[in-house]
Amino acid sequence: MAKVEVKKLYKIYGHHPKKVFTLVEKGMSKEELLKKTGHGIGVNNTSFQVEEGEIFVVMGLSGSGKSTLIRCLNRLIEPTAGEVIIDGQNIVGCNNETLLEIRRKKVAMVFQHFALFPHRTVWENVAYGLEVQDVELEQRRKKAYSALEAVGLEGYEESMPSQLSGGMQQRVGLARALATEADILLMDEAFSALDPLIRKEMQDELLALQSRMKKTIVFITHDLDEALKIGDRIAIMKDGIVVQIGTPEEILNNPADDYVKEFLQDVNRVKVVTASTIMKKPDAIVSSKDGARVAVRKMKESGISSIFVVDKERHIQGIITIDDALSLLKEGINNIEGIINKDIHTTSPDTPIVDLLPTAINTKYPIVVTDEDNKMIGIIVRVSVLTGIMGEENSDV
Amino acid sequence: MYRIPIGDYFDALIEWLTDNLEPFFNGIKTVIVTIIDGFEMLLIAVPAYVIIAIIALIAWKVAGRKIAIFTAIGLLLIHNIQLWEETMETLSLVFTATVIALVIGIPLGIWMARNNTVERTVKPVLDFMQTMPAFVYLIPAVIFFGLGKVPGAVATIIFAMPPVVRLTNLGIRQVPEDVVEAAKSFGSTDKQLLMKVQLPLATPTILAGVNQTIMLALSMVVISAMIGARGLGEEVLKGVTQMEIGKGFEGGIAVVILAMVLDRVTQALGSSKKARTG
Repeated sequence: MAKVEVKKLYKIYGHHPKKVFTLVEKGMSKEELLKKTGHGIGVNNTSFQVEEGEIFVVMGLSGSGKSTLIRCLNRLIEPTAGEVIIDGQNIVGCNNETLLEIRRKKVAMVFQHFALFPHRTVWENVAYGLEVQDVELEQRRKKAYSALEAVGLEGYEESMPSQLSGGMQQRVGLARALATEADILLMDEAFSALDPLIRKEMQDELLALQSRMKKTIVFITHDLDEALKIGDRIAIMKDGIVVQIGTPEEILNNPADDYVKEFLQDVNRVKVVTASTIMKKPDAIVSSKDGARVAVRKMKESGISSIFVVDKERHIQGIITIDDALSLLKEGINNIEGIINKDIHTTSPDTPIVDLLPTAINTKYPIVVTDEDNKMIGIIVRVSVLTGIMGEENSDV
Repeated sequence: MYRIPIGDYFDALIEWLTDNLEPFFNGIKTVIVTIIDGFEMLLIAVPAYVIIAIIALIAWKVAGRKIAIFTAIGLLLIHNIQLWEETMETLSLVFTATVIALVIGIPLGIWMARNNTVERTVKPVLDFMQTMPAFVYLIPAVIFFGLGKVPGAVATIIFAMPPVVRLTNLGIRQVPEDVVEAAKSFGSTDKQLLMKVQLPLATPTILAGVNQTIMLALSMVVISAMIGARGLGEEVLKGVTQMEIGKGFEGGIAVVILAMVLDRVTQALGSSKKARTG
C-alpha cells in the first residue's frame, strides 16, 4: 500500500471555487478560467502515489502549483476536491481532531525560509511539535537534543536561531521535523534558500539521513539538478498539472512533452544518464571454446576488427583482434586462449556517463558492461558515450 | 433640498439610551469608580517617598540607570511643588483608563487579526473614536454618568483605546506567514498558535500600542478636568481660567514629567522584548 496517495486533487483559488469546479473538471485551461471567472488553478486533477521509504520530488517553475500541492498534503491549504490518503486514511474532509493527530504524529514539514520561531531557543524550536502534544519537559528536551545531534548541531541547543547561519538554521528546521518521529516529511524547497555549496552539503546529508531513517519524503524543488540527485521518482508540474512522473532517467530519456524537454536542456546529463542507457548489444561475441576460424568469420560477417570472448556462462574473458586471429590461423593453431587480451575495461550498468568518460577516451576497445556476477550484458562504444551526452541515444546513430 | 437630520437622530439615540440603559450605565460607573478609588487610596496612603522609590526601582530594572535617576528627580520635583496628591489622582485615572482600554482593546485586536470581517468592521469605528472631537462624546458621557471622574475616564478610554487595538492587530498579522504555517503544520490548536507563537512574536508591537494608549490617556487629563475629574488637569484648568499662569505652568510641568516617566519605562519594556527575540 502506498504511504501517501493523492487522487484527483484540485485546488481552485477565488471566491466561488466550488461553482467553477465543473468548468475545470471539463478541462478549461488555467488562462481561460482566469479570464472568464477570475479564478486561479493551483492544483489541477493531480494523482500520484508515494511509496514508503521513497523520496518523491515534485518539480516545476514558480507558479506551477507545487507549493500549493505540498500544502494540500497536510491541509495547510484546503483542497477544493479530491483525496489525500495518508496511511490509508483520507484527510480531506476529516474532522479537526484527526487532522491535528495526523499533523502531530504522521506528517512533519520543512520550509523554504526555515520558518523557525525567532523567540525560542534552538532546542525549544525543535521540541515545538512535542510541546503541542503536551509531552513532558524532560522527554521533550531529550528527543530535541537527539534530533539536533542527528543533524550535526550538538552544542547549539541553547542558541537563538538568529545566531546561526542559513545552513544551520535549516538543520534546525530539519531536526524539528525529525523530532516528532513522523514517517512522512514534506520538504518545501527546503534547500533553495541556501547558497550552492551549503545546498549540496545538505542534499548529501539528507541522503545520508534517509539511508538510516527510511522516511517517506515529498520534496518540492525548482532545481532540476537537485531533483535528479535526490529523487527516487520525480513528478514534473506545469500550470497545476503533473505532466510526467518517473525515475530521473525515465524522464531524461523520454520527456513527455516539449515543456519537460525544455526543462531538461540545461541538465548535466553526464551525471544522470547511466551505462545501461547507452550500452548496446555487441554485434557478435565468441565463446572461448570456439576456435580462431569461427572468430574470424564472425568478425568478417559483422564488419568489426575485434571481438569479445566469453565463457559459456557469458563471463567476460577478454578481447581478440582480427590480426591476431589471422596470424594464429596461418600458424595452424585454432585454440584462441593464447591471444585473448585481458586488458579490457568493465563497468556496472548504473555507472553514470561522467565516470565512463576517462576510460572511454583512453581505451581503444569498447567498454564492457557486466552485472554483479561479471556476466556481460552489453558494450559501450565511444560514439554512444558522446550521443549519450547529447541526449540522442534513442535515435539511430 | 432635504436635509438629513443626523443631529436629531443622535439626540433621539442619547435620549433612548438614558431612558433605557440606566442600570447598565450605573453598573459601569460603579466598576470604574471602584477601580479609580482603589488606586487613589493606595497611592495616597503610601508615603510619597516610598512610591518614588518603587517607581524609580521599576524604571531602573526596565529602562536602566539614567531613566531611573530622571524618574526619581522628576517625581521629587513634583512632590516639592506640592502637586503630589493631584499627580496621584491623575495617575489613578490614567491607570484605570489604560487598564480598561487594554482589557477591551487587546482581545479586540486579536479578534480583528483572526477575522477579516471583524477587521473591516472595527477599523472605521476606531477612526471614529480617534478623530471625533472629544467634547462631542464628553457631553453624552456626562449625561450618562454625571459629573466627576467617571465620564472623564470613559472619554479617556474611548480616545486612548484605538492604538492598542490597531497595534495588537498589526502585531499578530505581521507574524510571518511561514512561521504560522510551521506552527500549524506540527498540529497546534488555534489557542496554541496564539499563545505560543503569535502573541509572543507580536508582543513588542503590542507594547508599542500600550505605550501609545498611556500617552493618549495622559493627553486627556485636562479635558477630563473640564467635566469634574480632579488631579493635575484641574490645576492646569484653574491656572488658565483664573489667570494664575504660574500655577498652571506647574501643573503642566507635572503632567510632562509623568508622561515622560511612563513613556520611557513602557518604551523600554517594548524594546527590551524586541532585543531578546531579535
